[in-house]
Order: sequence, then structure tokens, then C-alpha cells
Amino acid sequence: MTDRARAFAGRPTAASPTTVRPAALSADGLTLGYGSRTVLQDITFDIQSGTWTAIVGPNGSGKSTLLRALAGLATPRAGTIALRGRPLGQWSRRERARELAWLAQDSGTTNLTAAEVVGLGRFAHSGWLSSRKAEDDAAMRRAMLATGSLPWAARRVTTLSGGERQRVLLARVLAVEAPVLLLDEPTTHLDPPHQQDIARILRDQAHGCGVCVVSAIHDLSLALTADRLIVLGTAGLIGHGTVKEALNGDWLSTAFRTHVDIVELAGVYLWRPALAGATSSSTETP
Amino acid sequence: MSAAHPDLAVLQDGPLPIDQGSRVFYWLAACVATTALLTGASLVVGTSSFETSLGWLFAPDAQSAVILWQIRLPRTVGAWSAGALLGLAGAIAQGLFRNPLAEPYLLGTASGAALGVTLCLLGADASIGALAWTAKLGVTGAACIGACAAIALTILLSRGVLQTANLLLSGIVVAFLLSAVTSLLLLAKPDLWRSMQSFLLGSTGFLSWNGAALLGIVLGICVLPSILLSRGLDALSLGEDTAQSLGLSLPMLRLTLLAVLSLATAAAVGQVGIVGFVGLVAPHLVRETITVNHRQLLIGAALCGGALLQAADLVSRWIIHPAELPVGAVTAVVGGIYLVVLLWRRSRHD
Repeated sequence: MTDRARAFAGRPTAASPTTVRPAALSADGLTLGYGSRTVLQDITFDIQSGTWTAIVGPNGSGKSTLLRALAGLATPRAGTIALRGRPLGQWSRRERARELAWLAQDSGTTNLTAAEVVGLGRFAHSGWLSSRKAEDDAAMRRAMLATGSLPWAARRVTTLSGGERQRVLLARVLAVEAPVLLLDEPTTHLDPPHQQDIARILRDQAHGCGVCVVSAIHDLSLALTADRLIVLGTAGLIGHGTVKEALNGDWLSTAFRTHVDIVELAGVYLWRPALAGATSSSTETP
Repeated sequence: MSAAHPDLAVLQDGPLPIDQGSRVFYWLAACVATTALLTGASLVVGTSSFETSLGWLFAPDAQSAVILWQIRLPRTVGAWSAGALLGLAGAIAQGLFRNPLAEPYLLGTASGAALGVTLCLLGADASIGALAWTAKLGVTGAACIGACAAIALTILLSRGVLQTANLLLSGIVVAFLLSAVTSLLLLAKPDLWRSMQSFLLGSTGFLSWNGAALLGIVLGICVLPSILLSRGLDALSLGEDTAQSLGLSLPMLRLTLLAVLSLATAAAVGQVGIVGFVGLVAPHLVRETITVNHRQLLIGAALCGGALLQAADLVSRWIIHPAELPVGAVTAVVGGIYLVVLLWRRSRHD
């Protein structure tokens, strides 16, 4: 078997028979920080394939730090992260890049065309020195079709609108065809319909393709459409569980240290902003 | 909607239209054509009149053959190669530092080369033994050693290549430090100043076939690894984290490309002195006119830089004919004006 064939064989699909598989991604006793600051202390969780997990929490609670660590871009102070049961450090760079695709919150300015950006997602498969093969083209086409970015293939990314650009960047992540997707705020700076489109694509990846999707989401209503939540507060992990569990435990109010009012409307959870004077402001902390 | 709509062509099977390949090809072809024209023109521009030169070209005698093929041709070929090296180095620097204002002399290479040449001339002045040594090494060798030492010092100061900001700051510090040492040495030995002048201002006047061949070989050595690693620069344009998440080894990419950058700059500076702006302007000119990935940008910047320095060389010979301007002065004026126009156009767009 070639490297590539192995990578595809190892790719979990919805149809594959489920034996006892290790969690797609797991953290054990993880402590993270940068500089002299410890952001997250001793957190442990498992994330399964085929689910979309949203990481929510106030600014500075360590959402990005956690995602960067899960992607292997930052070394934990303590604890281990395992990708499909094997510690992250034991994977080679290329192997890891095939298993785990990462979307940065802010992707720098590039002169590349949309298709070239998407093509970057294929490098872990084709190698840095060899040229694009037919299967790379096929994967790029699938990713761009899934995100609806195919019509802009030959256009310079800088000439696209914010929503179009985010679809292209998302297609770059999907083109890796990795079993684990990590996305840092994929919906920021987008208008609500575009946020909804991105969320739909992520849900399709998790439920349709059996991918483990983990994303930091700023918008609470949007985050509540995910399968599971990892709720971070300023003092660390508040909880990890289904959306129902999070709501029953009122984890969001704990995390944001203010009353977070969630209402259910036709099976969808919505965050209701408090109007001035409408609710008691006694729970507000500056 | 009709299938003839250009955007819908991509929905059909076949390879993806990934870039604007044909436009890039025509652009590169135009660069090559310009170079051919400039090479032709450079054969008939010199101290003697245009008509005389043209006469030499069609009815050569022994003396004119030497002027045409041993003086003018190697000079323009060498100028092209040096410009190509600077253009390539500039494109690499801008990609590596993700900064459109980066240029080949960023890491202290120019100051290091100047110090190397100063020390070499000082040594030749001081003793017969050192003179024999410096004759072997040559001004080129001294400039190369100085440039490479400056880069090594910069990397040492920034403690590795991982922190871009540290690297840039160290480069500035090293450049100032080495320039100060050079200035002090020149103050102590004022007669050195005259011999250094053409080097500091940049000059294509001393290029021989040996120099041109050396530049050509270095260009060959530099182009290959840059092209191979150009997709790494593409990935880097999306950010350092993204590049690493794609499976790229950032230190390996940085070190290899810094080595190429140093070699290209050191060779060019050693042969033609400190010619400014070519390395900065060439990649800009490519990016402003066509949509390119880094492979196309590196080739385009090299071809464009070559043509630019050839043109500057031609202007420096022709503008105050029969005397000559230092080519560095020409590139500084033209490059400066181009950058001002660029800034002005940008601010009007915003």
C-alpha cells in the first residue's frame, strides 16, 4: 500500500463498521499557556468522530490556545493530546497533516488564486516537491463544490468578498480530506446567512462524512446548533457535553459570568440578548 | 445560465483552471524579448558614437571585436545575471518575511560585503603577504565572505530563524554596526574611499566574462532550490501556523531559502557592488501586473530584475555620454520614482 492509499483506508467513513475505535481526539490532563500566563489547567476530554463540537467562551478564555494545541501548533505545558489514540508528538509532520486539518482565525494576505489556495490542502498527500495528480484535482473539486467556491477557482483570493474568501479557505481545509477538522472562528466577520452556510458545511462534514469537527464559534445561537459544546470560562474548562447538558447545567452563564438567556424556538436554541432594564442587572459583573 | 459563461467552465470535467497560466507565460516571454532587445542595444551604446558601433557590428575588425565581444557583451550579460539574482533574492525575501517591503539587503548583506571589501583593500595596502592573499581572494571573494558573515551574525543575534521580527531587527542592527565599522576604517584611510566608491555606488563597468560566468553559475545554483521550495512560500503566504499545519517544516524552509538569499545577494554585490532597488522593485513589478504564485513570481522577478539592471546599465552609459554614471545611482532614481508612483496609486485606490 502506498502512503496515500493507507491514508484513505484509515479515513473513517459513515459506512465503515464501527468496532471499538479510540476517540478521534482526546486531551488528558492538558495544561496550556503562553509566556508567564497559564490559560487552561488540567483539562481532560474525548471527542468522537462524526460529531461537530463547538468551543465557546468569553474572549481570552483560551479557545484559540486550545485549538492551536490540538492542532499540534503549540506545545502543552503538561498533559498529552492523542490523535486516534496515538500521542500527537508520535505522528510525523506529514502524517499529522493528512489526519488533521486546521483553519486559522486570520489568514494572511496572499496573491494566490482560489484554486491554488485550495491546492495547498493537498500537499500533505502529494508532497512539497511533486506536482498535482488527478486525485488531488478530484479532491480539490470535491472541496470546492462542497463549499460552493468552484466558480471562483481562477480568481485571485484578494479580489473575493469576505464570505467568498472564507468559503475558499474552508475548501482548503476540506481538500485535505482529513478525519479531524479544527477551525478557529470560521464564521467571524461574516454576515448571518454566510455564517449559516459555513455551519451547514461543518454539520454536513460531521454527519455526512463522519469527520470529527471542532470549531471555536463566537455567535452563541450558532454554537448551539452544534452537537456538543466545550465551554471555557476565564478560570478554565466549565464543561464538555451535549448542548442539552450544557443548557441544563447553565454552563454558559457560568462561563460568561452573567446571565445568558437561552430560549427554544421550534426546536432551535437561541440566545436572547438582555434589553436594558428588562432583566435584573444584579448578576452582571464588570 | 448558459454553459458558455466563463465561470461555469470549471464545472465541467478535466483539470481545474488553477491559475492565469497563459497570461503569465506571455508576460515572461515579454521579459525575455525585452532582454534580447536590451542586449542588442547594449552592443551599440558606448564611448564611441552609435554609428561607429553599428559599423563595427556589421564590419568588425580585430579591435572592435574585442570591444563588442570582450567588453560590451560580458558587461550586459553580467548585468542581466546580477539583476536576475537580485530580483530572485528580493522575491525570496518578500515571501519569506511575508512583507512586500523586504529586500535582499535586509539581513545586513550589503554592509557585510562593503566591510569585506574594505578589509580586503586595507590588507592589500598593508603588506605584500596580504596583497598576495587578497589577489587570490579578489574583491568578489571578500564581498561574498563579508555578506555571508553578516547573515550568520544576524541569525546568531536573533537566536535562530523562527522569530521573523527578531530576524529583521537583528538584520537592521548588524547593517548599522558593520556600516559604522566600514565608515571608521574609511575615515582612517581616506585614500581607500576612491577605490571603494564604485563598489558602494554600484557599477557594472568592471564585469568581465569571468564575472558574468560566475554570476550565471550562481544563478543556476540559486534558481533550482527556490523553484522547488516555491510551494512552501505559497503556504507561508497564508500564515506561519497554517503553513506548519500543512506539514511544512518552517525552520528547514527558512534556513534553505536564507542560504539561497545570501548566496544570490553576495554574488551580485561582489560583482556589481551595492545596487539598490532592483531587488525591491522587480517582484513588485511582477505582482502589480499579473496574478502569480511563488514559482511564477520567482521566475518573473528574476527575468524582470535582469532586464531592469540591463536597462539601468544602458542608461548609465548613455545619459551623460561619453562619460558614465554609476549604475546604482540610476537604479536608485528609477526605483525610487517607481515606488512613489506605486504608493500614490495605492493611496488613490483606498
